[in-house]
Amino acid sequence: MRLELKGIHKRFGSVHANDDISVTIEAGTIHGLLGENGAGKSTLMKVLSGFIHRDAGEILLDGAPVEFKTPAEAIRAGVGMLHQDPLDFPPLRVLDNFLLGRADGLWLKRAQARANLRKFCHQFGFAFDPDAFVSSLTVGERQQLEIMRLLSLGAKILIFDEPTTGISLPQKIKLFDTLRSLAQQGMTIIFVTHKLQDAEDLCRKVTVLRLGRVTGEVARPFTADQLVRLMFGQSLETQARESIALGEAVLELREVCIGDYRLRVPDINLQVRAGEVIGLAGIEGSGQRLCLRACAGLDQPLAGEIRIAGERMNRQPYNKFQDRGVAYLPAGRLEEGLVPGLNLTEHLILAERSNEFFVNWKAASSHAQSRINEYSIRGMPASRVEALSGGNQQRALLALLQPNLRLVLLEHPTRGLDIESSLWVWRQLLERRRRGAAILFSSADLDEIFEYSDRILVFSGGRVAKALRAKETSVQQLGELIGGKGLGIGD
Amino acid sequence: MDTNLIILTLASVLADSAPLVFAVIGETLGEKAGVTNLSLDGSIVLAAMVGFAIAFTTSNLYLAFLAAMLVGALVAALIAFSSIVLKLDQIAVGFVLTILCTDLSTFFGNPFVRKPNPPAVPGLAIPLLKDIPIIGKIFFDQNVVVYLSLVLIAAAWWWIYKTQPGLRLQGIGERPAAAFARGANVNWQRFVYTLVGGSLVGFAGASYSLFVKLGWSYHHTTGIGWIALAIVIFGGWHPIRGAVGAYIFGGLQSVSSFAQSAFPNVPTQVFQTAPFALMILALLLVGNEQIDRFFSGSPVSRRIWQSLRGAPPGALSTTFEQE
Repeated sequence: MRLELKGIHKRFGSVHANDDISVTIEAGTIHGLLGENGAGKSTLMKVLSGFIHRDAGEILLDGAPVEFKTPAEAIRAGVGMLHQDPLDFPPLRVLDNFLLGRADGLWLKRAQARANLRKFCHQFGFAFDPDAFVSSLTVGERQQLEIMRLLSLGAKILIFDEPTTGISLPQKIKLFDTLRSLAQQGMTIIFVTHKLQDAEDLCRKVTVLRLGRVTGEVARPFTADQLVRLMFGQSLETQARESIALGEAVLELREVCIGDYRLRVPDINLQVRAGEVIGLAGIEGSGQRLCLRACAGLDQPLAGEIRIAGERMNRQPYNKFQDRGVAYLPAGRLEEGLVPGLNLTEHLILAERSNEFFVNWKAASSHAQSRINEYSIRGMPASRVEALSGGNQQRALLALLQPNLRLVLLEHPTRGLDIESSLWVWRQLLERRRRGAAILFSSADLDEIFEYSDRILVFSGGRVAKALRAKETSVQQLGELIGGKGLGIGD
Repeated sequence: MDTNLIILTLASVLADSAPLVFAVIGETLGEKAGVTNLSLDGSIVLAAMVGFAIAFTTSNLYLAFLAAMLVGALVAALIAFSSIVLKLDQIAVGFVLTILCTDLSTFFGNPFVRKPNPPAVPGLAIPLLKDIPIIGKIFFDQNVVVYLSLVLIAAAWWWIYKTQPGLRLQGIGERPAAAFARGANVNWQRFVYTLVGGSLVGFAGASYSLFVKLGWSYHHTTGIGWIALAIVIFGGWHPIRGAVGAYIFGGLQSVSSFAQSAFPNVPTQVFQTAPFALMILALLLVGNEQIDRFFSGSPVSRRIWQSLRGAPPGALSTTFEQE
């Protein structure tokens, strides 16, 4: 199905999210829609899929103008959208998720749906237990389920909104294979992303948006540099790695065993010295989070010894770790890191851990303002944290850190951030490192792991590989380790 | 205790719990859709009063139950309107309505307090079936209200888990945005389910004043609404488990009345309040993390345990708005 968007306008208050956007997408192709956070990609796709109504412009499917009032109407016309966080029902079973919303009579035709699901699974090489709960699936699997559901409803145009955020490398490869085969079958695929690499790997044509306008369209062959210039109006420089002398040991893990009710990772041995950056790689949920939380004292290790700057810290609470210069930044910025409902000033007061009974609001507010300037947070001292964008929430979290830290623990430090914010976050972290802090971070983005780590610790299937020197490791090697090869599992 | 007594006790538990079953399933339907009707205690007492008043003045039981259902639906409509349209807090509105309804029942119910020869739902034994040994006496020698309560349990289960609209109902309560993306008219359906649930709650009220607890007096059913709300949680938002919860509560009440005659020295208040305390204990057990961990040990026990406990609908007591 050929898709044309002509002169689409959409305003939210004073923000012109889509400003006269026109794109034509041929049937049977994978078309990239590239842009930073806030460039207007998601708005455009929500307009196309019936989630929001455009202010002006036309949508044409195979030359005929269409009008969608709801997402359901869009699907009936053949346009289906896969959201970054799949819009499914985690507490329900896979089969019921597949069935929900189908307009075919009163009875639930479970047997028929089961067969249908099996057929799709077979076609794409997916494996699903129809009776499993969706909450037990990974984000990647939930995407696969949504793809099958949309196809079964007759979708001819599939929109993927940032589908590679939050899925593992093998799942990403699988997803890309699926997309290519769908395009071969004549489906029109729109791939929305802010990742250059993904666009390069997959798309035949790429339309770049910037601040709500189309800044250009390129067709294969194109270079990453071309895309960057269209995205930012300039090329971004990634700074060269500064090598610094390592200090004394900040963190030591001796035969530490971590785990919860479903996972056990024994025998972690690691020594991290001041000025070192360690990346924790592996499929999501292989123990990286547990390891970071154990190093912060938020979870107790099941066995072994944790030392911070030489002192044994087992069974000590987080605030004792904080006293010794440890800080932990979780991936759930709003859920775990910040307090929704409180503003930036109040956060700063809490973070200072002052013993004063009364709060000096005036001083606190001006203090907050100076931090906001220093960390270029887009917000006011009185802005509530939930009103900030993801990038600004991460900036706020960094602004709350004490000045002299020994060890910074970060879970997915740049997840969901655009390139500019990601670079900014790392500039801050590398500055901390230069001042003598050690950094331990987990990430699903292998490029990030390679770019910033001195050493890499791979978690896979309940095991931890010996830390690898980033410079001496290839992507291939790392991929194999993450997949469980060379760890004594599966080979 | 001879078998006859046991049979009679079971039959009376089934009958005495019938109003609670209506209230629990009504509330379950509304909460499944994402709307908490916290006014239950007030709705039931007001519906009980109105039902009794209509029956007493017109001697028409159909009209009485209809009026009670209307009262329940009306209160539910207020909850639905204030939460869906005005986006007010469901808990606050429900709380205020509880107090308002209770006071209204006292005010308007004044002329009907403790009337002699109150109207009652007549018994209706089902021919042939009532003669089946044991079962016949328990299930088929009851009245219409009890039969309807049993039918309602099955119907609610069938609707929620076996039909397309029922699955959609689960969807709008779990994740309205996703249900909307799949074509559900979220707010309209929430309205409808809240109203249906409210009318069942109203029915529960009339079945107290016209059957289980005949007559009318001030605060005639006070406390039952809160128990019904607790049982919805105990039942994990599942109609059959909810009904089981209602029967457990009814059973506890029977046991305590037996115990009262067995231990005449113990103050009667102990036995009157015991079911409530035991219900709290049951709730604690269902929600306890330690016990949860204990049962998660083996796959079999975990399966049984998980089928016993339920999580609240993900979007309970929240509002939905299209972008």
